[in-house]
This record gives sequence, structure tokens and C-alpha cells, in this order.
Amino acid sequence: MSGERTGAVGARWTGRVLDLWAGLVLLYLFLPIFVIIAYSFNKPEGRFNFVWKAFSLDAWRDPFLFPALVDAMKLSLQVAAVSTTVATLFGALIALALCRYTWKGSGTIGLLLVLPLTTPEVVLGSSLLSLFLSANYATGFSTIVIAHIMFSVSYVALTVKARIKGFDWTLEEAAMDLYATPWRVVTKVTLPLIAPGIAAAAMLSFALSLDDFVITLFNAGSRVTYPLYVYGARRAAFPPQINVLATAILAGSLVLLGLTVLWQNRTLKQAGD
Amino acid sequence: MAGIAAGGGRRSRLAPWLLVAPGILWLLAFYFIPTLPWYDGYARTFTDYHEHLARSFGYALTATIAAIVLGYPLAYVMAFRAGKLKNLLLGLVILPFFTTFLVRTFAWKTILNDGGPVVHLLGWLHLLPPAGRILNTVVAVIGGITYNFLPFMILPIYVSLEKIDRRLTEAAQDLYCNPRQAFLKVVLPLSLPGVLAGSLLTFIPASGDFLNAELLGSPNQKMLGSVIQGQFLTVRDYPLAAALSFVLMTIIMILVISYTRVLGTEDLA
Repeated sequence: MSGERTGAVGARWTGRVLDLWAGLVLLYLFLPIFVIIAYSFNKPEGRFNFVWKAFSLDAWRDPFLFPALVDAMKLSLQVAAVSTTVATLFGALIALALCRYTWKGSGTIGLLLVLPLTTPEVVLGSSLLSLFLSANYATGFSTIVIAHIMFSVSYVALTVKARIKGFDWTLEEAAMDLYATPWRVVTKVTLPLIAPGIAAAAMLSFALSLDDFVITLFNAGSRVTYPLYVYGARRAAFPPQINVLATAILAGSLVLLGLTVLWQNRTLKQAGD
Repeated sequence: MAGIAAGGGRRSRLAPWLLVAPGILWLLAFYFIPTLPWYDGYARTFTDYHEHLARSFGYALTATIAAIVLGYPLAYVMAFRAGKLKNLLLGLVILPFFTTFLVRTFAWKTILNDGGPVVHLLGWLHLLPPAGRILNTVVAVIGGITYNFLPFMILPIYVSLEKIDRRLTEAAQDLYCNPRQAFLKVVLPLSLPGVLAGSLLTFIPASGDFLNAELLGSPNQKMLGSVIQGQFLTVRDYPLAAALSFVLMTIIMILVISYTRVLGTEDLA
């Protein structure tokens, strides 16, 4: 009896310790985020925003003060837009194939998709650069986009695949039985079913592209994306505007994420009706 | 088995190939061809750069273990104890990674700086000798690597814990297991695929990482990734750099293939 009671007390304490531990780990995850946001309100002494000096709204009032930083951000957004479009198309088609068909090659395709995810970025970036060098192909906008599509395809394919694995494909047959043309089946049945998965994958691909540093470092030539600008800033000047833009990206992704969740809930509800 | 397209004949057999063709051809052209070995100077990796190689895998291993220790309990709390807060916690785990990775690493520089709060706190607790530092040490580098890849550890563990049928732990307790035994004999073994997947997703990118070592460490913490990057972009000894990265990838590939042989690729995705 008393043994059981100590067991219960012990379990309660273990639970509390676990909760505390989880809280501390979350704090660890958020510590740099707090610092990034706080230091966007800093008025640094000198050119480097690494030491707290005084509260100020200067950087928020003038986020586009540095043209080079703005250009870098623009380039990053352009690259992300192009690479996300292409990678989402390629990846969604692969996912569709893997979910709808089981054929001799499907196991191999699955392995091929995982390989780029399990290759360190420095290897991906450097080997891609050697390809461009041996082909005498000048690095620049096109090579950044090629690289970003390359590492995004797998993420998109696996995300879409995970989302559409459990779908009831007999709905397509039902539509065909009801005299829908193949085109109408695709636009009225297949696409609405897989759209939320594709949207999630596209967001992931966009975020990955916007954030990529290592692979871009190798293949950017003389072009400077936002992460490359930040990397260079450690030598020349690290203005609080970098933190302002980082905070803005965070806020933007939060809004997008919220909208996607809302939209997916609505789609699920409609599918349920 | 051609799935639902069984009646479609030849066209349906071609269909999957046509669907995967654009993406896979892209990967062939821009991933597989460039990563093939074209050079014979691999010996230098093991003679000149064995320290960097050892550091890369040593740091990656330490960071992986640290990520399990930090991440497993959090994943457990999310799966079993959070109740309605589950999705919120899931969002919170992913949220930090919507800010740029480089800016986050620079934030760690601020936090761990010599005059910074962490150094003050540890000095006050007498855990750090006076004038001791964290920035530019192994601790900062491994801490940074752990931080960067922690979500890749937490999420697969969470997924595998979430899949466990709750009735199994109840059954274990009905059969006179105490909570500790129920965890060790039921929950832990069932969550191992998640731990293994998370370990791979942490260990592999960590072993190729060089930014944490470069921004948070001193030259004494340089990893193989730094050497590859330097040889490629500064020294421009392309064949050597290619050999270095090929060696790094071969070691990793052996690990991945043995992993997928044992456990399949499902849990990686």
C-alpha cells in the first residue's frame, strides 16, 4: 500500500520535472528569438549591433536605410518565388506518382528522394559548384535558382506525400462513373483534395529558399542574397535593420501559417460534410 | 500491382515514370552527377585533415546526444502530457525556425559574449572561472549545432510517441508494471524509430556544418565543412575540396544506407 503511494508521488514528481525540463528546452529554443527582436530596438554604438546600448525605434522607422540590404532581400524573394514554383510542381507530381502507383521503381525513387535530405549542405553546394565550373557555366541568379529547386524538390515531394497518403482515390472513379471528363476529374476532385498539402509544401519550400545560406554561398557568384548579406555584415557593419527584417520575416510567416491552418481546417470541414 | 489504374494498360504503366521524370531528371543532373567522384587525391583527407574530420563527427555525435537529452522529454510532454496545448507546443517548437538561421547564430554570439548574461550567470554560480569564456570554445560550437538541429530531433520523436496506442501503457500497468517499467518496456522501444530518424536528421547536417564553428568558435574548433568551403571558395583547390566532400558524404551515405536497410525510409519522411 505504502509502496504504491510512494510510486504515485514519485510519478507526480517525475511529471513535474518533465514539464519543467520541457519548459526550459522551449526557453532555449526561444532565447535567440527574444534577442533578435529586442536588438531590433537597439541603438548600437558603432557599426555592430552586438552589444545593448539604448532603446530606440530608429531601425523600425527606417528599415530600408541600406540599399544593399534591400537589394539582397529583393533577390532572396525573387529566388524563393521562382524556385518554389518549379519545385512545388516537380515535387507534387512525384508525390502523386508515389501515392497512386506502386511499381518496380517506386522504392528506388523513395530512396533517391531521401538522399539529398541526408547530404550535408556543404557537400551539395560544393559539388554543384564543381558541376557549373566544369561546364563553364557562370554562377549567378540562374545557378542559385537551380540549386534551390534541387534541395526543395525532396522536401516538397515528401511533405505532399505525407499529406495525401490516406486519401480515398475511389472518389476519382466515382467522378468518372458519373461521366466527368478526365480534365474535370483533375480540376474538380484531385486538385481540391491535394491542394492543402501542396500549399504547405510550397510554404516550406519558400521558407527553405529564403533561409538557405550554405548552398547559396557556393553558387551565388557575385549575387548577394539576404543570408549572404548577413554573413558579410559580420565584417563590415551589422546594423539593427538586419534584426528588423528578420523580425518581419518571422511575423510574415506567422500570419501565413495562421491563414494556411484556417484554410486547411475549412477544407477538411468541407470534405467532412 | 498498379493500384487503381490496373485497367489502364500500357498508358498507366508509363504514367508514374512520366510523373516523376521532371523532378528526378533534375536531381540526376544537379545532384547525382556533381557528387560523383572524379579525382584520386582522397588520401590527403586522412593525412592533412584527420583532425577536422574527427572534430566534425565528434561534434556531430555530441550534439546529437545533447539533442536527444533535450528533445526527448519535450517530445514526451507534447505527446502525453500537453492535452489541448499539444498543437500550440508543436507550433512553438517550429516557430523559432522561421527567422533566418544566420541571424539566430549571431544572436547566440550576443548571448554567449564575454560580457554577456550567460557568462555573468555562470561566473556568479562559480561554474566558470573568472575571465573564463564560452564564446570561441567547444561548448559554444556544440551548443550552437545542437540548437540548430533540435527541431529535427524533436519532431520525429514526437511523431513516433504520438502513434503509440495509449491502451498499451494501460495494459502494462494492469499487468503490474510501475510507470517507470511501463515507460522502459513499452513507450521507449516503440519510440526508438523516431529517435533513430531524429538522430540521422541531426547527425548528418551537423557533421557537415561549419557556420557554428566559424561564428561561435575559434580556429581550434574548425570542422571539415570549413576546410571544404575554404578550399573551394578561397584557396580554389577544387579537386582537393571535391575529394574532401566526397569522403564526408561517403561516410554519411554508409550510415544512411545501413539505417534504411534496418528501418526503411518511412520514418525519415
